[in-house]
Amino acid sequence: MADTKQKEALLNPLFNNNPIALQVLGICSALAVTTKLETSIIMAISVTVVLGFSNAAVSAIRQYIPSSIRIIVQMTIISSLVIVVDQFLQAFAPAASKTMSVFVGLIITNCIVMGRAEAFAMKNPPLISAIDGVGTALGYSLILIIVGFFRELLGSGRLFGYSVLPLTSEGGWYVPNGLMLLPPSAFFLIGLIIWALRTWKPEQVEAKG
Amino acid sequence: MNHYLNIFLNAVFIENLALAFFLGMCTFLAVSKDVKTAVGLGLAVILIMGITIPANNLLLTYLLKEGALERWLGSNFSQVNLEFLSLITFIGTIAAMVQILEMTLDRFFPALFNTLGIFLPLITVNCAILGGSLFMQERDYNFMDSVVYGLGSGFGWALAIAALAGIREKMKYSDVPDGLKGLGITFMTVGLMALAFMSFGGIDLSEEAAQAEEITSAATVEQPATVSESE
Repeated sequence: MADTKQKEALLNPLFNNNPIALQVLGICSALAVTTKLETSIIMAISVTVVLGFSNAAVSAIRQYIPSSIRIIVQMTIISSLVIVVDQFLQAFAPAASKTMSVFVGLIITNCIVMGRAEAFAMKNPPLISAIDGVGTALGYSLILIIVGFFRELLGSGRLFGYSVLPLTSEGGWYVPNGLMLLPPSAFFLIGLIIWALRTWKPEQVEAKG
Repeated sequence: MNHYLNIFLNAVFIENLALAFFLGMCTFLAVSKDVKTAVGLGLAVILIMGITIPANNLLLTYLLKEGALERWLGSNFSQVNLEFLSLITFIGTIAAMVQILEMTLDRFFPALFNTLGIFLPLITVNCAILGGSLFMQERDYNFMDSVVYGLGSGFGWALAIAALAGIREKMKYSDVPDGLKGLGITFMTVGLMALAFMSFGGIDLSEEAAQAEEITSAATVEQPATVSESE
């Protein structure tokens, strides 16, 4: 019983209740970092860490938080975690931290983190909350990595900075699609992912446009 | 003056927080179903950004920057750099400002409060607001710059959400494929809007660019320097 519940908390957000495709959460800070697969993965890991720990922490002290100031308490927990992640990245991955600039800090206002703290962690014990946090973050990471993969592959013919499709400018055959490196392509890709997901799982289709 | 105009236009069109940096997307997509609410939310964002970005700028300059504490606490503190605390400070300021604004409006401008009321708490977690402050920090704006930047980026965000709401209202009458209904088609629309906004990208109003323009036009070179990036 407990096991199935934990499994559900972990796996449900991947396809059935994806935070980006269905709950419309956390799109804000994510998309600008998906021009390269590497930064997408770093962003995905950071969000997973923050979300897992923040859910566990909020849930651990949930009985002691007065409900009138709970938002501020949650914010403080989340921003402390984000500062740790930010300092860690600056120390161990300075180049990536530079490309992501303000977007690491923006994890604080990533609605997924607040949303899960408010909707799940305030009502459930720490372990399952942590699992739910990691699961939700995985669903988010999945979309982020798919988008990052296509943008880097089609936009510059590379993956992780290694040339996969040889570019015409370097004597190969692939003409890079510059649009993929620009912001609008991320919207198109997510739109297409949502379309694909909803064709596969028709129960997610919204009743009225 | 030109400098401020440049920051303003840059923030509104070229580096539009919503369409070029994807900030504030959650509310952007969720609250853009009709024009009236979108405009209300847009106004609230302009107001909050116009207040919080300059406020955070002051905090940053006089409390957090390296050596800033020396002024208040004596020379022992000249080495102290608290910039790593900027995230938590900014979010604190934003939450506090939103709360204060809510109370002030409730007390003195009840009509405005009724229009904006429901949106104000939402704004605390709007990434555009925090993002604005972080960009302000990253670009080393001074106080006046940050006032202009705050208003400009707020205005840009409001413009984008009002435009999207207008499009979505019209879209009620279109025949959208099942899987794309609602969220999917909204993403596509935002993508197209972002594309349209990118055409502002070649505009550069800074003084160096203006000088370069004069030089190039004086020398009658075929291509002005400003066009080079539009490829």
